[in-house]
Amino acid sequence: MSDDTGDKLPEEFPEVTPGTEPDATDVTPENQLPVSPEALRPEVVGERRGMFGVQGSGDTSGYGGLVKPVVMPGGAGRPYGGWFDEVADALEEALRGGGVEHALEKVVVHRGEITFFVRRQDLASVARMLRDEERLRFELCSGVSGVHYPDDAGRELHAVYHLLSMTHNRRVRLEVTCPDADPHIPSVVATYPTADWHERETYDFFGVVFDGHPALTRIEMPDDWPGHPQRKDYPLGGIPVEYKGATVPPPDTRRSYS
Amino acid sequence: MSTAYDPYAPSPATASDTSTGRVFTVTGQDWDTVVQGVGDLGDEGHEDHVVVNMGPQHPSTHGVLRLILELEGETVTEARCGIGYLHTGIEKNMEFRTWVQGVTFCTRMDYLSPFYNEATYCLGVERLLDIEDDIPEKAQVMRVLLMELNRISSHLVAIATGGMEIGALTVMTIGFRERELVLDLFELITGLRMNHAFIRPGGVAQDMPPGALDQIRDFVALMKKRLPEYADLCNANPIFKGRLVDVGYLDLAGCLALGVTGPVLRSTGYAWDLRKTQPYCGYEDYDFEVKTWDTCDSYGRFRIRLDEMWESLKIIEQAADRLAGLEGAPVMVGDKKIAWPSQLAVGTDGMGNSLDHIRHIMGESMEALIHHFKLVTEGFRVPAGQAYVPVESPRGELGAHVVSDGGTRPYRAHFRDPSFTNLQAMSVMSEGGMVADVIVAIASLDPVMGGVDR
Repeated sequence: MSDDTGDKLPEEFPEVTPGTEPDATDVTPENQLPVSPEALRPEVVGERRGMFGVQGSGDTSGYGGLVKPVVMPGGAGRPYGGWFDEVADALEEALRGGGVEHALEKVVVHRGEITFFVRRQDLASVARMLRDEERLRFELCSGVSGVHYPDDAGRELHAVYHLLSMTHNRRVRLEVTCPDADPHIPSVVATYPTADWHERETYDFFGVVFDGHPALTRIEMPDDWPGHPQRKDYPLGGIPVEYKGATVPPPDTRRSYS
Repeated sequence: MSTAYDPYAPSPATASDTSTGRVFTVTGQDWDTVVQGVGDLGDEGHEDHVVVNMGPQHPSTHGVLRLILELEGETVTEARCGIGYLHTGIEKNMEFRTWVQGVTFCTRMDYLSPFYNEATYCLGVERLLDIEDDIPEKAQVMRVLLMELNRISSHLVAIATGGMEIGALTVMTIGFRERELVLDLFELITGLRMNHAFIRPGGVAQDMPPGALDQIRDFVALMKKRLPEYADLCNANPIFKGRLVDVGYLDLAGCLALGVTGPVLRSTGYAWDLRKTQPYCGYEDYDFEVKTWDTCDSYGRFRIRLDEMWESLKIIEQAADRLAGLEGAPVMVGDKKIAWPSQLAVGTDGMGNSLDHIRHIMGESMEALIHHFKLVTEGFRVPAGQAYVPVESPRGELGAHVVSDGGTRPYRAHFRDPSFTNLQAMSVMSEGGMVADVIVAIASLDPVMGGVDR
């Protein structure tokens, strides 16, 4: 938007009802919610039906109708505890300085590990800050791991980055999500060259396209392989095995506990 | 017959013209054809470089690794790796087995350091189960003991194959000679020489067999006599140094950018070892040093591996002493909803559930039978979440990203294998050097293709 207010049209000056405009007390820290309630909610990534695996068979156990949500740990509010707060403070400060203060969707603290969920459009700049900021200094990226949650609508594909700060001897995890319909995540190869092969592997196995990667090709599977094998909708494959006259079905069609 | 067919006579390499240039199929002893052919091309105004496809399955490429080298004379101008030939889908398979069965799969990834694969996976599962503090001391000591024995056997193979690739066959024979002793110890303790599946979520599969500690002490005493042989043979050997010194150079900045860890990182003088910096399995209780070298080259990495075996011997001695005081202590977590229901025993037909246990579940307690059945077929549930607990494998940071959705099987298990990550440094280590130095550089990275491709 132009700095010259003379160019502004009348409708760009919003009408303010007296008494409702934000004043200084509204933006003081004590009147701010520590974290949005949305971020604190546990993440439901799917549901588990029945207790005994394979569907459609004659389940006489009485548990067949059981439906349970699959819930991943929800976001945490301050304080996160220990050095987590130091890292979060430094990161938030850096994000404000970089003009991307809304880059963090939520922060999960679980089992002594901290996970920053990053908006995907901000991943590249967040990674750069984590590496270069003096109080963060996450010099080493331990790679990218993809996870596929087919029932988590709009957030089906997750890319998980483990970062290590050797300077401060700390580890954090970054998690970025993208929908199946638009499987694009910005590449961090410019910041962490080691992510080169890891991103190729995640592309190979999950179909996540890392925008800005220098040469995103398959790495483990043959170049002409159809599909992305680690996705949950990709079958394991396998053939029934005959053993002493009986036939053992392949593992993914075998009756199993869910 | 005067024109007898001689199958051993060199045949000229076959050449065919393709859209990307002339392609020669080299089968051995036929380089003259290629040199002649490339010379002919040079006259036609083509560039005087040649792209050589080395492997997969070349004797000096550490397994099924394919190298694509662009050569100008004997100088490598560009080097790339082709991997994936040993991809077996272990991570995908693990999603269809119980948490305990996952150990059986992941031990086969990096087959030269199976205990590390098991350990990092189990540490991750234990963190998700929130039983990290409940693992019995004896299980932790046994894990450390096995991992350090494994470090010795892995470094021995690294040195042995590295020596073989530069023509030092004696290094190979003595390296495998000592490795065999370690494998014998593994067989004694776990029942298997490789692919043990011995470290399990909650502890280890079995107690130490009688007499094992004595054999371990004998081994340590023998190794203290044998290890100096390697130093005598190699450390100051002019040929060995001529091949290794200043070859495969990678400095600290390069290591961090490329995520390279392990002996390669320590050869830059940076004493980063997860056993010291982020201890697991009680490594903080052992007295050992992190060995470094400051030359950033293949020779430094060789010396680090040699020194680390001495440190491993120190840890093994301490672990053996601690085990001597832990006789009869439990090796599996006390929570019966997680612990494997029976300890194994060696019977007349091999290893299996102990007869005492069979008698208990088949003859004495119906509840014990139900419990056994449920735990073995269904397995335990692991609370939803994710964990990453890396360990210092012989090759660097090995970590398992374990994700659970609260079910009886891993929702996702991803292994960050150091061989995979370190192999990326092959290009920067060998471009600009000679073809022969590519082999030395790769040997100093010590990649294991089972871990690279998983």
